[in-house]
This record gives sequence, structure tokens and C-alpha cells, in this order.
Amino acid sequence: MSIKKSLVTAGAALSALPIVALAQNQVNMSPGVTKVGAEIYDLHMLIMIICIVIGVGVFGVMLYSIVYHRKSKGFVASQFHESTKVEIAWTVVPFLILIGMAVPATSTLLEVYDNDDAELDILVTGHQWKWRYEYLNAEGENVSFFSNLATPQEEIYNSEAKGEHYLLEVDEPLVIPVDTKVRFLITANDVIHSWWVPEIAVKRDAIPGFINEAWSKVDQEGIYRGQCTELCGSYHGFMPIVVHAVSQDEFQGWMSAKRADKDAQIAASSVDLSLDALMTEGESVYKTQCLACHGGQGEGGVGKAISGSSIAMGDLGLHLDVGIKGVAGTAMQAFGEQLTDVEMAAVITYQRNAFGNNTGDVVQPSDVAQHKQG
Amino acid sequence: MGDHHHGPAKGLSRWLFTTNHKDIGTMYLWFSFAMFILGGTFAMIIRAELFQPGMQLVEPGFFNQMTTLHGLVMVFGAIMPSFVGLANWLIPMMIGAPDMALPRMNNWSFWILPPGFLMLASTLFMEGGAPAFGWTFYAPLSTTYAAPSVTFFIFAIHVLGISSIMGSINIIATIMNMRAPGMTYMKMPLFVWTWFITAFLLVAVMPVLAGAVTMMLMDIHFGTSFFSAAGGGDPVLFQHIFWFFGHPEVYIIILPAFGVVSQVIPAFSRKPLFGYASMVYATAAIAILSFVVWAHHMYTVGMPVAGELFFMYATMLIAVPTGVKVFNWVSTMWRGSLSFETPMLFSIGFLVLFTIGGFTGLMLSIAPADFQYHDTYFVVAHFHYVMVAGAVFSMTSAVYFWLPKWTGRMYNETMGKVHFWISFVGFNVTFFPQHFVGLAGMPRRVPDYALQFADFNMMSSIGAFVYGASQIMFLYNVIATIVSGEKVSDEQVWDGAEGLEWTLPTPAPYHTFEVPPKIEATPAHG
Repeated sequence: MSIKKSLVTAGAALSALPIVALAQNQVNMSPGVTKVGAEIYDLHMLIMIICIVIGVGVFGVMLYSIVYHRKSKGFVASQFHESTKVEIAWTVVPFLILIGMAVPATSTLLEVYDNDDAELDILVTGHQWKWRYEYLNAEGENVSFFSNLATPQEEIYNSEAKGEHYLLEVDEPLVIPVDTKVRFLITANDVIHSWWVPEIAVKRDAIPGFINEAWSKVDQEGIYRGQCTELCGSYHGFMPIVVHAVSQDEFQGWMSAKRADKDAQIAASSVDLSLDALMTEGESVYKTQCLACHGGQGEGGVGKAISGSSIAMGDLGLHLDVGIKGVAGTAMQAFGEQLTDVEMAAVITYQRNAFGNNTGDVVQPSDVAQHKQG
Repeated sequence: MGDHHHGPAKGLSRWLFTTNHKDIGTMYLWFSFAMFILGGTFAMIIRAELFQPGMQLVEPGFFNQMTTLHGLVMVFGAIMPSFVGLANWLIPMMIGAPDMALPRMNNWSFWILPPGFLMLASTLFMEGGAPAFGWTFYAPLSTTYAAPSVTFFIFAIHVLGISSIMGSINIIATIMNMRAPGMTYMKMPLFVWTWFITAFLLVAVMPVLAGAVTMMLMDIHFGTSFFSAAGGGDPVLFQHIFWFFGHPEVYIIILPAFGVVSQVIPAFSRKPLFGYASMVYATAAIAILSFVVWAHHMYTVGMPVAGELFFMYATMLIAVPTGVKVFNWVSTMWRGSLSFETPMLFSIGFLVLFTIGGFTGLMLSIAPADFQYHDTYFVVAHFHYVMVAGAVFSMTSAVYFWLPKWTGRMYNETMGKVHFWISFVGFNVTFFPQHFVGLAGMPRRVPDYALQFADFNMMSSIGAFVYGASQIMFLYNVIATIVSGEKVSDEQVWDGAEGLEWTLPTPAPYHTFEVPPKIEATPAHG
């Protein structure tokens, strides 16, 4: 009895395992939260089921042969080697099946390509290795911002436990209203990227010098996550996309808040800050923007070393130039547009005083603004 | 022995100066196996890093160098040269010719390969590292944004291209001019036919690849802007040129594999190949279609909808001739007298897994669905089903099938079968779960991934280590056969095998068919 009982217990434990595992191991495409996404999912399932049925047939015949037509069972081989009728049949029938697949595929494709009558246009620009979003035709001034990976380096390098949305979290998500046809105008600043969010059924390459169009009309509020899907250099795996789909009211509220933020930033750039305040802000900017290439201790990597660098310890004007305009032909980007004047002042101050570079220089937001004007 | 009946020269000069198709074939085969191990080592590094989420072993930049070199070495170093080696050994013996038509060029086309790969591998030690832009090297990541080693990569590609073009010219010249009297085109074994068509594909598309890398070279060093919009060029132009080469390229890899399977399955079914003529026509149809489907690799670049539709329909059409081939192989087995020696196991493994790869290929051809599949692990799973379970399984089948004829010794059958089953299980454990993570949203070519993909990736890595280790057993089996395998002297070797090579003594002498054989009136195949 006890053996039977323990077997039952073990069996129950074993059968529970795959269920627990499967809950987090999605095995199929998601129909997502758009009408087009659901159509693509149906198309995917249709083709897959046709393939499975044909596969079962072909493999079934093969298996029958393998089991029954064996030399070891004394089966004597027939010598037939052609049959025009059969050969015509298995050319024509697959052709007809393909036509059956092409019809729904064509209609879904035409729908995917129908970019007309969008209610909101968002310019999506791929940068190595972050996304920039700019809301184009919303009332009032355009709103734009960069969206960076928010996962800390400590999680990536395994010194801290990984969070629930490891690698799929950003500092500032894209916010879109539900039940609205949103058109994405997709391009890139450097190399080719690809903007993909599976659940809103958009994947389109971001190509420098060209603008691609794609659209989505999200039915459900929620947070949808995606990633860059075109190899774009070292940190291709580290430029996620997070989309918050919110109600239209909430979207309007968010938009006004963004505009207010922008005004506040302009105001802030005329206020001087203390060295401590700049260093604290600078450290956090450094971690999100500079660390991946220049190293946690300014020791360098893809980019040059900051620690002891002739730029970070030399002429301030040159240092600001490099930060604001980047260095052409290298991975050093122009951060002038990506950072606010406060952030730029803070990170320059930080680089000039951290990692043993104790220059004592304090760079104020107004210095940055002035430098930008030339 | 007369003046012309000499054996091989002694020592190193035998291999350096040889013009003998068997020696050159042997060198191609060993070289490709060495590259297979090298490319496999890169794959092991990739799978080790992907064993768990988080960065553990390598940096992201180095990871990209590994994926790039893995692809380049496997495609250009392992699979393509292995089939050229097979062609060298077998085509003259199958058509009753004494050697290849252009033996000196044959020597050269092999001997420029090792320096080419040395140049490619040396980039690993250069400042800025090896190429890290994927084996598809899309501009401008491979031009403006590439490490300086890209120039060495470009010249390596040129060298490999020249080698391939010379090899294929030789194969075409041999098949057209050196067939024994009576060996009409429609009597040629299917392996010869598939290589004949493949060679034309190579001659047509390798120069296109050479053009693409030359344009890159110009963009990098001479101020042109072929692939830069800022100078009036177009990065997508690169992709069109690359895939105009790249899609025929994948058929260059798979057609000779079809040829091998079409020899092996009839032999172990003891029954003629079903539908010989339709096999030839299907191969030709696949080859012709391969020139008009390239942009199905680029559904997401933003082509006009008419372009998408054209490439979708053309791509779907490929399922018809491919289906014909699969049905023919299965019909060949039907009511045969089957036995399951190692070559047959690998060919059946090919048939099952290649068909699965064909199905996912059909799914990928559907443009709107491809918007969700494109550049995910679903694609990685698909092309490993056709490249590894297709080309590599077929190649392995070929080695076991013809090794006794080449060496006069029989391999260890038990070890061969164990090698098959470990490979088969290891392969599927590696690549089947990749369909799942791809559909669930994991992009390809990433060194790290979100937590929901962790279990399947670990499974994939374990499978890859098993599959990798099983190749050591293969190497051991082949060496043990050459050194001390049981001697075979029967000309036929396999009772069901058909074709001229099985009329030759075992092991095949250094020179064969110096006098053309007489071809019987009935076709050998079909």
C-alpha cells in the first residue's frame, strides 16, 4: 500500500511540474490586442494545422513502411518506380491548398498595409541602443523623449536578483490611447533597427534615411512589451520597447503633463545647482547613458576611458562638444537632444569629478545652454 | 604499369600538388570537418552564454562575433566545401570519368580555401574584434559601423567565392564533357543531377556576392555611398543584393543533400527511386524559383504591397516541387525491403526533419504572419531544421554510405547507430524548443533574454552540448574505420546500392575508369 501511495504522490508531483512550468513557458504566438493581430494569429494557426495534417499523413505512410516493409521481416521489394497519375495528383493538390492559403493571407496583408486615416502619428527613431518617440500631430507642440533600458547592470551581470520584467523594462514607456488608429513612422539614426511589439502586431524595420509606416489600433488597456529585432550592434539585446495603452482621457492627461514637464525643464536650466546635486544627478545619468560603453569606473570598453581622459580633464568646451555633438564615425553619439540641459550639465560635472578626475569643475545648465548656442 | 599508371606521390607533395579528384575530395572533406568543429565550437560558446539569463561568459560584442563567425564558418567553411568534396570523389566515379575535367584548377580551388579561412579567423585577434554584424552582414552595420577587420572579411569572402566559382565550373565541365558513352543526361544518378544544377546556381550568384562585398569595400574605403542614404544610396539595396545571392545559396546547400538522399534511400529500400524524371524536374524548378523569391527574407523592410504579394506567392510555389520530392522519397520506401544501417537512419532523419523545416518555411512565406516570425528564434529553428537536419544529416549519411568504398573498410555499425540516435535526439532537444521561444517573442542574435524564455533556452543549450559531443563520436568512428576498420572487398558493399561507383573495386583505386565503362541500355535509376 505504502509503495502505491508514494507512487501516487510522486505521480501527482511529476504531473504538477509541467503545468507549473508551462504557465511561464508560452509555446505559441499571442493573438494580441488588435484586430489585425488576431487575424494574423488565425492565419498562423490555419497554416500550421494544414501543415500538421499533411505531416501526419506523410509521416504516417513512412512509419507504416518502416514498420511493415522491412527486410528483416522478409518483405520482398516491389519494383514500381513511377505513376503519372499519382505524380500529377500530388503536384496539383498542393497547388490548390496553396491557393486556399494565399486568399486569407492576401486580405490580411492588405489590411496591414492600410495606413490611411490615422488619428495619431508617432515618429519612432532607432538609436544605438535606445528608442526615441515623437508625437507629431497631437494638438499643440510636439512631444518627444528617449526610452532607455531600465534594467540595472547589476541584474544583467548577476550580482542582483533579476526583476519580473528583466530586459523588458524602460525608463519612459511609449503611451498610446486605446481604440485609436495610431500610425508609427519608423526610421533610424545610425544602423538598421526593427521596432516590434508582438501583442500590438507591429514589426517594421527602422532604416536610416528612410521612413517606414505601420499602424495599430489597440483594443485593450495594458502594458505591452517588445524588443528590437534587427541586429544593430553590441547592445542589440538591450533596447526594449514598452507600450502603455491607456484610455483616451488618460492619454490627454499624460500629454499635458509631458508638456508641463518640458516647460519645467526649460525653467530649470536657468537655475544653478550645487556640486553635490549635480554629482548625484550626474551619477544616475552616467549609469543609464554612459556606463555600457565607458565602464562602471570610467575604465572604458566600447568607448574610451573617462578616468584620466584628456577630454574629461582638459578643455571644458571640447568636453561639452563631445557630449552634445558626439564624435562622427564612432559609436559616441550626439547626446545634445537626448539629455536635458540639467542632465547634460550634471553628467559632464560628474565625469570631471568622479573616477579620480578631481578637476573641481562645476558645469551649470546655463553653461550647457550657452554652449549649444555657440 | 604504364607511364600514366602511377600511384600517389609520397609525403606532403602528394597533397599540395595533387590533381587527383579523390585526393582533392578527401582534402575538401577533412577541411570541411575541421571547419564544422570550429563553427561548432562557436555555437557551443553561444549556447553556453544563453544557458541562463544574464551575461555570464562573454561580453555582448564578442557574442555577436560568435554568431557571425558561426554562420559564416558553417555555411562557407563546413557545408559548402563538404559537398564539393563529395562531388569531387563521386561525380567522376558515377559518370564513368577518369577524373575531373579541369584537374589543376581543382587543386587551386581547394588550396585557396585554407588561406581564405585563416584570413577570416585571424580577425578574431584584431583590434576591435572579428566581424560582429551577423552572417548576413547588413549595411550600414557592416560598413560605417564595422570594426576595421571588416576589410579582411571582405577579402576572405572574395577568396571563398573564387574557390566556389572555380569548383562549379569544374563540375559543369566534367558533367557536360566527361560522361561515359551511353551515360545520357537522363541516366545520370540524381546526385550528379543535383550537383549539375547547383553548380549553375553557384556560377550565377557568387559574383553577385562578390559585387556586394566590393560595394562595401568602396563605401568603407573609397568614399562611395552605395548603402548610405546620406550620400544618395540605400541600405535596403544591400539586402536586395545579398538575398539575390543568399536565397539561391540556401538551395546550393540543400540540393546536393537531396542528391545524396536520393541515392541512399533506394539503396536501403532495395527498390528504384520513385519518379526519377520528376525528381530532376523538381530540382530544376526549385533552382529557377530560387531566383525570384529573395525578398521573402525582407518582408519587414517596408516594400510596397505589390512586391510583398509577388514574393509571397512565388515563395509559396516552392512548396510544390519540394513536396514532390518528399512524396517521391516516401514512395520509394513504400513496399520496399527496408533495412536500417546508419546511412539509411541519417537519410530518414533528414526526410522527417527536413520536412518539418519545409513546413515552417511555408509558414514563414506567409507575409503577414512573417511580421510576427521575422528575426525571432522561430526563424533560427526553421533554418537549422533545413541546414543541420537537412544538409548536415545528409552529408553524414553520405560519409557512412561511401566510406567503405573509399577506404575498403567498414565503419563500426553499432557506433554509427548510436551516433545517429544521439544526434537525432540532441538536435531536436536543441532546436524544437526554439520554435516556442520564437513564437513567444524572443528575437534572434541576442546575448541575453527575458526570464520567460529561460527554461526552453536551458533545454536548447543542453541539447546543443549533446549534439556537439556526438560529433566527436563520428570523428572517432571515421578515424577508427580508416585505421583499423574491418576490411571490405565486395565491390557492391551494400546489396541494394546502384550506380557505376559500385562496379569499381573496393577500396576504389587511385585511378578509376581510365577506360570508359559500358553503360547498359536500361537506365540505372528509374
